[in-house]
Amino acid sequence: MVHAIRHSLRAVSRYTFRLFIAGDSLRSRQAVANLKRLGEERLGGRYDLTVIDVISDPASAEAARVLTTPTLVKEAPTPARRVTGDLTDAVLVMMALGLESDHDLRTE
Amino acid sequence: MNSMVNNHDGAVAKIATGIPGFDVIAEGGLPAGRVTLVAGTAGSAKTIFSAHFLAAGITAFGEGGVFVTFEDNPDDIRRNVRAFGWDVAAWEDAGKWAFVDVSPEQEGPPPVVGQFDLGALLARIEHAAQRVNAKRVVLDSMSALFMTLTDRSLLRTELYRISMALKRAGRTVLFTSERTDDYGDITRFGIEEFVADNVLLLRNILVEEKRRRTMEILKFRGAPHQRGEVPFTITAEGVVVIALTAQELTQKSSRVRIRSGIDELDAMCHGGFFRDSIVLVSGATGTGKTLLVTQFLAGGFSANEKCLLFAFEESRDQLIRNASAWGIDFARMERDGLLRIVNQYPHAMPMEDHLVRMGEIVEQFQPLRVAVDSLSALERVFSLRAFREFVISFTSMLKRRGTAGLFTSTTPSLLGGGSVTEKHISTLTDSIILLRYVERFGEMLRSIAVLKMRGSLHDKRLREFTIDGDGMHIGDPFRDVSGILSGLHTFVGPNEAAGDVAGAVESGMKEGA
Repeated sequence: MVHAIRHSLRAVSRYTFRLFIAGDSLRSRQAVANLKRLGEERLGGRYDLTVIDVISDPASAEAARVLTTPTLVKEAPTPARRVTGDLTDAVLVMMALGLESDHDLRTE
Repeated sequence: MNSMVNNHDGAVAKIATGIPGFDVIAEGGLPAGRVTLVAGTAGSAKTIFSAHFLAAGITAFGEGGVFVTFEDNPDDIRRNVRAFGWDVAAWEDAGKWAFVDVSPEQEGPPPVVGQFDLGALLARIEHAAQRVNAKRVVLDSMSALFMTLTDRSLLRTELYRISMALKRAGRTVLFTSERTDDYGDITRFGIEEFVADNVLLLRNILVEEKRRRTMEILKFRGAPHQRGEVPFTITAEGVVVIALTAQELTQKSSRVRIRSGIDELDAMCHGGFFRDSIVLVSGATGTGKTLLVTQFLAGGFSANEKCLLFAFEESRDQLIRNASAWGIDFARMERDGLLRIVNQYPHAMPMEDHLVRMGEIVEQFQPLRVAVDSLSALERVFSLRAFREFVISFTSMLKRRGTAGLFTSTTPSLLGGGSVTEKHISTLTDSIILLRYVERFGEMLRSIAVLKMRGSLHDKRLREFTIDGDGMHIGDPFRDVSGILSGLHTFVGPNEAAGDVAGAVESGMKEGA
């Protein structure tokens, strides 16, 4: 019962991500690919992603005070959370952003 | 005006930093378009030095600068350097100064999942540098960055990449890094010196219970610089480096003579002191050193020259009263704008601050004669090394300006003897005048001798002098006394002395050293 309510609440929420990368490098592409896979597999595709290349848009990196690339910022739902790296391990990314995945809920 | 220093002999080109004294020890400035590591313990003024580097770039050369801060937030930096008269906020508005704020955030660094690099940092620095057309970039401090990021091989690679990018764009870069020990390893992990072309060490050490700041250029890759530690201080205008042995080579030697204020002494000196010479007057208490200073200043007044007196022993009122007892009107000389008396307490501040302050006063008043009464008072409160550095620096400053200097030194014993002061500075002065007591059959007499006078003939004989309401009167040489300088003088028979007179006149005038 509790699970069902939580699941229904979660069902309406959408995730907003900003991913800061530095140029079209292998590391950048891997980060984007890893995040998209995570979004489809664990968030049921309910996410919006803006990819920001700090080389062509350094002002955004300055405004967001990003130091390392790639850096993923989860802006919604609040609170905002960050994780840096090429996001190779989906479980660790979910933990770092304070998210629970649909996939995990379904198996409960 | 451009900060670029001429590049000769294929050496690395340098940019003048504009930090007073630093460009002297750095023989022109920092190697241009290179990375210099500024390392020092906590409180060694790394941030102030870095900020001064940018501020001077803007005020002296109109060159933009970027301050990348890993430690203090920009607001703190703006506030802290305001005390030096640097209006960073105004420079930011004018597009001359830009911060890249990487100071720690409340939530701490983000967790790491996978591989990453400092691409965002590099992009932000380049963005800021392009915005203000930066010639100078400061990263303060690496240690704070290393607290956030612990992967050393990553840091090494990324710092190298950032350095290369900045150098390629022709920017001159300062990295600061915190050391744990003033005389230990340069940095904790050795990463910064791997990346940097040059290393500058700042120290804040305890010497004889006093704090002493020094800096040392450990290396300039492919460029000349002075070696060893030199003192520096923080003034209301920022960092001031006390450049020792500075400009010695460029000083021109004057042949112009000036009046000492005592005609007989001028005669002993073969026509007076040289315009740019430094004279040391040594004598026991009460022998007439302050009188000689007073007459030297009066001599300046009658030649219509501005005179400056640094008095460390007697108050202004005392000095004026003494002078009037010898028929000299200091108060009038001051009113006429030809005399300035500066009273200072030797204990009031460390050597570097005395030096900087005295330099400022000289700069502002532009005197042709400077007297210091007495150096011994300073010697008592400075460490030996600091005292010697003070004399070197102060005399070279006077010489550079072509100013005549007269310093007094008090000998500890009443009869004969030298002082520690003389031992350590006699080679730094051009002329030495000795004032000594002579006891003759129960009567105290005074003697004067010109011990040395660089580049001039001078009287080598000890002469008796007296003091009255008109000042000093130098009389005949002592003919019947021997050994005055040792304090163990003896009287010789008249015949013996008489036979020596002709010889004394001959040998009395010989070419000085």
